[in-house]
Amino acid sequence: MIKRTYISAIVVLMTTFAYAGGYRVALQGQKQLAMGHTGVAVINSAESVFFNPGGLTFLDKKITISAGISPIFSNIHFQNSQFGWSTEADNPIATPFNVYAAYKVNEWMSAGIGVYTPYGSGVEYPENWEGSHLVNKIELAAIYIQPTLSFKINDKLSIGGGPIIAIGSVNFNRNIDRSMTNVSGERANVTIDDSGVTAWGYSLGLAFRPTEELTLGLTYKSEMKMKARDGEAKFHNIPSTAPGNYDNVTFDATLPLPAELAVGASYMINEKWLVAFDYNRVYWDSYESLDVYFSNGTDSHNPRNYKNSSVYRFGLQYIASERFTIRGGYYYDESPVQAGYFAPETPRNDSNNFTGGLSFNISERFAIDAAFLFIHFDEVDASYDHYQENGQNVPFGGSYKNNAFIPSIGVSYGF
Amino acid sequence: MKNNIKLLALLALGLAACEPEFDKEVSESGFYSAGDADFTTYVAVGNSLTAGYADNALYLQGQENSYPNMIAMQFAHVGGGDFTQPLMNDNIGGLLAGGNKIADSRMVLEFDAEGNPSPVNLDEEPTTDITNTLEGPMNNMGVPGAKIYHLVAEGYGNIGGVGSTANPYFVRFASSASTSVIADAVAQDPTFFTLWIGNNDILSYATSGGVGVDRTGDTNPAGYGENDITDPNVFASIYNNLLTALTGNGAKGAVANIPDVTSIPYFTTVPYAPVPMDEGTANQVNQGYADYNQALSLFVLLGQIDEEEAQRREIKFQAGQNPVVILDEDLTPLKHPVTGDDIPNLRQTTSEDLIVLNASSFIGTPAGEDPTQINGISVPLGDRWVLTPEEQQLVSNAQTQYNATIKALAEQHSLAFVDTRAMLAQAAETGIPYDGGVLTSTYATGKAFSLDGVHPTAKGYALVANAFIEAINETYNSTIPEVNPGAYPDVFIK
Repeated sequence: MIKRTYISAIVVLMTTFAYAGGYRVALQGQKQLAMGHTGVAVINSAESVFFNPGGLTFLDKKITISAGISPIFSNIHFQNSQFGWSTEADNPIATPFNVYAAYKVNEWMSAGIGVYTPYGSGVEYPENWEGSHLVNKIELAAIYIQPTLSFKINDKLSIGGGPIIAIGSVNFNRNIDRSMTNVSGERANVTIDDSGVTAWGYSLGLAFRPTEELTLGLTYKSEMKMKARDGEAKFHNIPSTAPGNYDNVTFDATLPLPAELAVGASYMINEKWLVAFDYNRVYWDSYESLDVYFSNGTDSHNPRNYKNSSVYRFGLQYIASERFTIRGGYYYDESPVQAGYFAPETPRNDSNNFTGGLSFNISERFAIDAAFLFIHFDEVDASYDHYQENGQNVPFGGSYKNNAFIPSIGVSYGF
Repeated sequence: MKNNIKLLALLALGLAACEPEFDKEVSESGFYSAGDADFTTYVAVGNSLTAGYADNALYLQGQENSYPNMIAMQFAHVGGGDFTQPLMNDNIGGLLAGGNKIADSRMVLEFDAEGNPSPVNLDEEPTTDITNTLEGPMNNMGVPGAKIYHLVAEGYGNIGGVGSTANPYFVRFASSASTSVIADAVAQDPTFFTLWIGNNDILSYATSGGVGVDRTGDTNPAGYGENDITDPNVFASIYNNLLTALTGNGAKGAVANIPDVTSIPYFTTVPYAPVPMDEGTANQVNQGYADYNQALSLFVLLGQIDEEEAQRREIKFQAGQNPVVILDEDLTPLKHPVTGDDIPNLRQTTSEDLIVLNASSFIGTPAGEDPTQINGISVPLGDRWVLTPEEQQLVSNAQTQYNATIKALAEQHSLAFVDTRAMLAQAAETGIPYDGGVLTSTYATGKAFSLDGVHPTAKGYALVANAFIEAINETYNSTIPEVNPGAYPDVFIK
């Protein structure tokens, strides 16, 4: 069952995703998403493999399985009043997914596995738009597979962790510069494409239950560097006599998937109400520059200079009846992008995020979890100042206004 | 529960359709102001510069990047309507007339195997045939090659007159065989117009090395040759008629003056001393001019020329870079005192002379079978290769008067005035900065001029468009946004 879901989910993943600070995608569980994506200290299902591998031993049931998908509908609107430019991105609908299973081996040990998609980006502007020298289209995806073990140290403290293998892919197209065409007037551009890029990392977690009502948690995920080697670089519409080789070119590039620290607390107010807070710190400062080295001897340096960023999450759960659990939440997501580095491939400023959702218990064992996330960005005037022509920085900027709506649906099974 | 899922899906669709909107959308009317002008129907009148001609041809991409088209796209922000142009078939350029080629394909830069660039004609045959006429009217009434008097010439679009009284480019979209450019422009009842005309009235004289005649004082253009300078009074009178016609319905507009033709790369690329030589070769060449040089002192003694002219005419090659030998019609005509034969009007070029761009592939080539007969060295260059100081003066005189006329009539008709002369002077002197560097008048690498050395690149045309927009905003209190020169192409590589 797990395997089948996993395979079909990968097929679904042919389109990819966007939205969360940088190219982080915070959509790793429907119940948690509904509560502002809190979960480090909310331990009620197999999603803990992602949210806190230390918490698995605190699960009540012998076996818990959950799976879900979160189609992303995102919009980018760009305008520049100096030149009268106005452009709307036509982003593909992206479908991050998550599959988790946890098994209580015995009273003091649990095992689990998670397959999830914490990083990705899918942005598509109209071809040859005003910023096409920076990006026409990008699709980034990374699937994490994480086997997990969790150990109960005593009734109050449990730890866990596991290795992660990340499998990534990239497809990125942009024009060579702001104006070059062949003699037929078609814009010169390049697509870099690679898939099956792998990297190893790990996740560690700790869950602490000082009282029946209060849970504290801490989770750390290591940084992984996705190294594309000998990927395909296809150049299109390059003038035929232009010096240089543009046939059968490959590329090397490295994209960091940054480390992340999460701490959280949840408190069960009474039998019906639960409140949760998470704080995430994402170590984006490892993303200094996107450097692409082509086998024809040329390279492309794109400074990013991201800064570490924080996310503040808040969630609320109300068990309305045996059948229904209702959830709501909010989080504030700081953008890792610094002034002057606002590239249209991930045009993100700080965002306010509103979530909600519910679980419907069909039976003792089986539940459907639904959630939604609405991401609101304030209108922002920003520019990317580090694109160069003739050795000179050529800023590209204007106003951006983005939003995204993400419905999310999943199922949980446990006994 | 099913209902809940349906509801959620519906909500998803509803919100997904909810595109983010700016407080003030630049694409909505009201963001920019048209001021006191009405841009509903814009008609551009002019010559090759208005048509979007570049790289010695009219071709599709050049037309898309014509300055009137750039302006029209910005006018669309303030109520401007559609802007039609007599588009060519493709990006090859050149023309056919009934299948016969009458204009060459465009020029492109070709790199050889060693990576050295050279300008060549695109090796494809033109496909645009002037017998395939277009359905007008055209908002872009720029006609390559047109001089001021051509705009009012009836029959300028008559296919029967191609080669004499008609223009193949106008043939393509003239409303009838008997119409004139200005008649077709006015018939569109423009609410706004631009007029940039007069360049060819001096330019064709200049680019032909001054082989034509300065027609100043001759008020009948019917007798003018194609390389002649138009009489400034003829210019003034027709210019006034054009503006009277274009403003007849109350239209507002903008006019541009005439840049210095002598600062374009067509004249500034080939240096006056382009011939490298070692001492041995120089001595050998000098021997061939020994008799001529000796004779000069004789003519000074005879009082036919002064010492200064004798020095100017002395031919002397030496080791290093050398000026070329030219025939200069403005030198004093001399005859051999004994035989009565004409003494050739020879001299070497100086820094005052302007050698035309095409001469770069002519100077130094053999003049015939005899390998010692080399063009520009042992064989003098003819008039067409060099614009001498005397010829430059004639061009400058006419230009000064044209520009005085344009400025005065712009004021008289309360039109926006665009000083393209100052702009080109800046390009030639210091260059014009843009967000990706500096545009200069240096051939090819300066990026402001296309490979014909006369017409701007699209980047250069963008500067022109901005100059128009700036003048229009200033005159009519509008707030039309500028274009970004950096976003347009420059020199094309094959």
